[in-house]
Amino acid sequence: MKFEQPAGHNPIDQLKVVGRSTERIDGPLKTTGRAAYAYERHDVAPDAAYGYVLGAAIAKGRIEAMDLSVAQAAPGVLAIVTARNAGKLGKGRMNTAKLLGGPEIEHYHQAVAVVVAESFEQARAAAHLIRVRYARHKGSFDLAGTLDTAVKPGAQSDTAVGDFEAAYAAAPVTLDATYATPDHSHAMMEPHASVAIWNGDELTLWTSNQMIDWGRSDVARTLNLPREKVRLVSPFIGGGFGGKLFVRSDAVLAALGARAAKRPVKLALQRPLIFNNATHRPATIQRLRLGAGHDGRLTAIAHESWSGDLPGGGPETAVRQTRLLYAGANRLTRERLARLDLPEGNAMRAPGEAPGLMALEIAMDEMAEKLGMDPIEFRIVNDTQIDPEHPQRPFSQRELVRCLRNGADRFGWQQRNPKPASVRDGRWLVGIGVAAAFRNNLVRTSAARVRLSSDGGVTVETDMTDIGTGSYTIIAQTAAEMMGLPLEQVSVRLGDSRFPVSAGSGGQWGANSSTAGVYAACMKLREAVAARLGLDAATAHFADGRVSVGGRSLPLAQAARGGELVVEDQIEYGDLDERYQQSTFGAHFVEVGVDAATGEIRLRRMLAVCAAGRILNPLSARSQVIGAMTMGAGAALMEELAVDKRLGYFVNHDLAGYEVPVHADIPHQEVIFLDETDPISSPMKAKGVGELGICGVAAAVANAVYNATGVRVRRYPVTLDKLLDQLPEYT
Amino acid sequence: MRAFTYERAASPAAAAASAVRMANAKFVAGGTNLLDLMKLEIETPSHLIDVNNLALDTIDSMDDGGLRIGALVRNTDLAADARVRRDYPLLSRALVAGASGQLRNMATTAGNLLQRTRCPYFYDTNQPCNKRVPGSGCAAIGGVSRQHAVVGGSKACIATHPSDMAVAMRALDAVVETVAADGATRRIPIADFHRLPGDTPQIETTLKTGELITAVTLPAPIGGIQQYHKVRDRASYAFALVSVGLIVQRDGTGRVALGGVAHKPWRVEAADRELPHGAKAVAGKLFADAHPTEENAYKLTLAQRTLAALLADARA
Amino acid sequence: MDAFKEFRLTRRGLLRAGAVSVAAVAAPEVAAAPTATGRPPSHASIKLRVNGKEQELTLDTRTTLLDALREHLRLTGPKKGCDHGQCGACTVIADGRRINSCLTLAVMRDGADITTIEGLGQPGHLHAMQAAFVKHDGYQCGYCTSGQICSAVATLDEIRQGVPSHVTTDLNIPPPLTAAELRERMSGNICRCGAYSNIVEAITEVAGSAT
Repeated sequence: MKFEQPAGHNPIDQLKVVGRSTERIDGPLKTTGRAAYAYERHDVAPDAAYGYVLGAAIAKGRIEAMDLSVAQAAPGVLAIVTARNAGKLGKGRMNTAKLLGGPEIEHYHQAVAVVVAESFEQARAAAHLIRVRYARHKGSFDLAGTLDTAVKPGAQSDTAVGDFEAAYAAAPVTLDATYATPDHSHAMMEPHASVAIWNGDELTLWTSNQMIDWGRSDVARTLNLPREKVRLVSPFIGGGFGGKLFVRSDAVLAALGARAAKRPVKLALQRPLIFNNATHRPATIQRLRLGAGHDGRLTAIAHESWSGDLPGGGPETAVRQTRLLYAGANRLTRERLARLDLPEGNAMRAPGEAPGLMALEIAMDEMAEKLGMDPIEFRIVNDTQIDPEHPQRPFSQRELVRCLRNGADRFGWQQRNPKPASVRDGRWLVGIGVAAAFRNNLVRTSAARVRLSSDGGVTVETDMTDIGTGSYTIIAQTAAEMMGLPLEQVSVRLGDSRFPVSAGSGGQWGANSSTAGVYAACMKLREAVAARLGLDAATAHFADGRVSVGGRSLPLAQAARGGELVVEDQIEYGDLDERYQQSTFGAHFVEVGVDAATGEIRLRRMLAVCAAGRILNPLSARSQVIGAMTMGAGAALMEELAVDKRLGYFVNHDLAGYEVPVHADIPHQEVIFLDETDPISSPMKAKGVGELGICGVAAAVANAVYNATGVRVRRYPVTLDKLLDQLPEYT
Repeated sequence: MRAFTYERAASPAAAAASAVRMANAKFVAGGTNLLDLMKLEIETPSHLIDVNNLALDTIDSMDDGGLRIGALVRNTDLAADARVRRDYPLLSRALVAGASGQLRNMATTAGNLLQRTRCPYFYDTNQPCNKRVPGSGCAAIGGVSRQHAVVGGSKACIATHPSDMAVAMRALDAVVETVAADGATRRIPIADFHRLPGDTPQIETTLKTGELITAVTLPAPIGGIQQYHKVRDRASYAFALVSVGLIVQRDGTGRVALGGVAHKPWRVEAADRELPHGAKAVAGKLFADAHPTEENAYKLTLAQRTLAALLADARA
Repeated sequence: MDAFKEFRLTRRGLLRAGAVSVAAVAAPEVAAAPTATGRPPSHASIKLRVNGKEQELTLDTRTTLLDALREHLRLTGPKKGCDHGQCGACTVIADGRRINSCLTLAVMRDGADITTIEGLGQPGHLHAMQAAFVKHDGYQCGYCTSGQICSAVATLDEIRQGVPSHVTTDLNIPPPLTAAELRERMSGNICRCGAYSNIVEAITEVAGSAT
């Protein structure tokens, strides 16, 4: 099905199943420990040997010598694979650094060997017996020190409309401020893990991957196999956040280990290895220049961002939202990329927007203060309903103003004292902050297969993944709605490369695109059913397990009496996303308390108001948003991969050192979804929310801290050591 | 983790004797720190002596009004003991500020005292660390040091001691009781138990090889207002940036001990004497010989301000 | 501010020492030269009672309780998130108390009574806490969920038993059952998906119906 015109009325609009808060259909499995994740597939590999990965001890250089003899002779060891004996390996299209390093070492903890042994304990012990001699080369590890050498990475890296410099020079009120966001780690709870089984020259990987088809292709490329010889299976994924978009070393090393040991091999990256072995969200340095008239209208907007990556890598696209979020006749953006020999930077939840809004939305708060305007009014004054760079392109939907106003009412914004450091609750300095949320809505081709069985049940098969997002449930809801069935009559099978290729889970495109693919397949199934039953498909009504036209009504199951009915289709998109700017919007409100003595910052209240098209399952969509708000709170207050600029690695590489929020950090969170449908997005009229939820949160926190204390922190995370010197003396 | 042989000790003296007899032996109780380090091969014992079956898990009232806390009393039980909550609230508060509910259910009184540093360079066997590999250097000096010691460090090591409980024990003048392989017992004042790093940061306590902690005793309660404030970036389940344990009497005298600032719980008797004169005076004595790095100099301010807040609370 | 000048002087000294140490590591470039060859594994036989069922196992002494459950008894409900006591995904209830099963050796638990998530309830017969997690959507990816639920069940017991927490204001009265108490006590269970707000609502509901 090609989606080329805005959606009209369609079966989804019945909203008998879709759009209703629905408990997850995989809930009983997950809450009883019965959902089997990649490393836990005793069912498919009861005799698996264990792999353990050795990471490079240096950040950059060469392996001069490697002595495996002691390790090879250690008890239980079946095989050791290194770059030397792995055979010729390719590299995945999505990977920047090699997944098995050597003799060149590109980054710290790059895998240099995998040990396969009879038991986990033996593999781990033997990995520690490998001797490696390295030659350390000089590397570049300090983003701030490489700004001069940063290059323009791509054609889209510079944008300009009007004459920014002139408008900025002429503006009566201006802001020029620089912000920094640190490297972040996905830190999903399930480590990257895979079980590899070879059957002749065919490889099956039970793994933990968000994008099955990308993964399948890149495994094939890395191992020099035909794509058809590779199968990936990921029915349950213990979190990804972008960290599992791409094939990582667990999958490749499990496959190589299994080939060498001639046994199924299972392998999970040990937690202290993950932070440097896998990808991370790159640090940025961002300069914002804003110019406005006394009326608060922005006349000049410039956003420049610097980030770094390994050679061949890309920039963190932190300026992208600034091209679209606010009106302003004169604007420019620039992205610059420095070479860094730190581990590979790549996508993490809302790449671009998440760190970009961390800077832009503090700048907006600072500018509002300079103008003497309320920060919400300032944003509203600068709202735009058209793409500011291309005035002929309207937004498909843009309810930013309603999000801000609605949230202000709900949060009690009117009670906020705009004068910083003026509200006190015992020892707590109390402040409120706001930020706009913005994330583009991406659409991707997505296919599904649906089966109608003789008992009237429908099974959906697609390689879509559920990384905690609730895909199982919204896909079941979609099929139930389309076929006129109760939810219990639908089963959903996900995450297998034998199923039709879906949009996958990334970029918050998963929910809308994958359900649209199921919609397309179900439309085709409805036609097949109508044909079998001799009914007119165009007028047939599917409800309560029956198909009705006029006075005639037949059981849906009857269509499969002669054998299972199987159809497959995909949703493909035309140029609606070019004709219209499709984005999601929101507003975050945060109240913080700052201990006047210690500077400790604690969140007291959080609210998000989101406008993101039709909400397919308000229960799980709300969870996506509160989860993103939590991750945003982490980015605001604690998350930072600390770089040792001499040795070139992230020092705090475990879950004690890299702090992410715990229960005690997070207050009750409130989420409001505006009642919105976006017929330009897809037949589902839905958009994404999972990344929108993180966008702007950290800035709202930083702005609240400013409101509480009068201390403006422009370097994340906002920690007490950055406040103490500027807080009033405490005696 | 290297392979090891395993035994369950039948008595404290037998455990100590075994630790001397067996090469490269370690006691294991809660295991929460030792196993963590063994998995990374930072600790590589060849023999583990499990002391969990020893009857050292009771808290007994002593004739002098104090408490004798068995070495194996779990952190949860110690924090929840009615006598501790009533008479030594500082200890109870410090315990529940540490780790997580699960870890406190496992961790023991003796093991808590013997925790090793959380310095990330100590935790990474690819990096130099004088504590892990004597003579290899200290990567924390000149490296990432926001969490490190500001006082009492050396050119060999600027690691901190991670325990909260030990800070309270230090303020309460606890005494560590031990037994050696020959059955000899010893009472070590907590002040003498932990060492500063000096040139030998690998030696962290004054325990001798094979010497087993059997109990920690607390002198009779001294009353006063007792508070423990642990400052950290996240609200729970994190090691201290700075922690302050404080006991203040009605007349303004008292005791103060700090966590997160030194290689051992940090208490300076001269600083205690300044308590009636306020936080600044106390901090002046606590940090008379401080050597912070650029990244952790904030700890001096933070400790002083935290103390000031506790003193204000105590007055209120 | 004389003291401050003194820090600076000394700091330069420390910096010099730092430079030397880095040079020292840069020179030999041999990563952790092993001193021993692989020691032969040592084994031990133990008995566990797991979810009401007696189990006998002969294990490498290095096997953690977590790996004994996951790899030997194939109870994969308890999760390995970090293997270092830093996430809580491995939480099980041992002799009535929640523990991190990754930081205890199976041999140290000989004779113990262990309850894992599998022992609390099954699909179709959910434990009240499991049902409340489903109702309140107190999970997303599901990887921390087993640990959260085991921890939640044990947390309510700890409150009933009067165990104080970091946020308990008065140590000498039974701790109250508040959201703040639950959040603090549950803080040893990290949920990176960020379901915390919902988890606390689920636990509160179960706690309310139990009292």
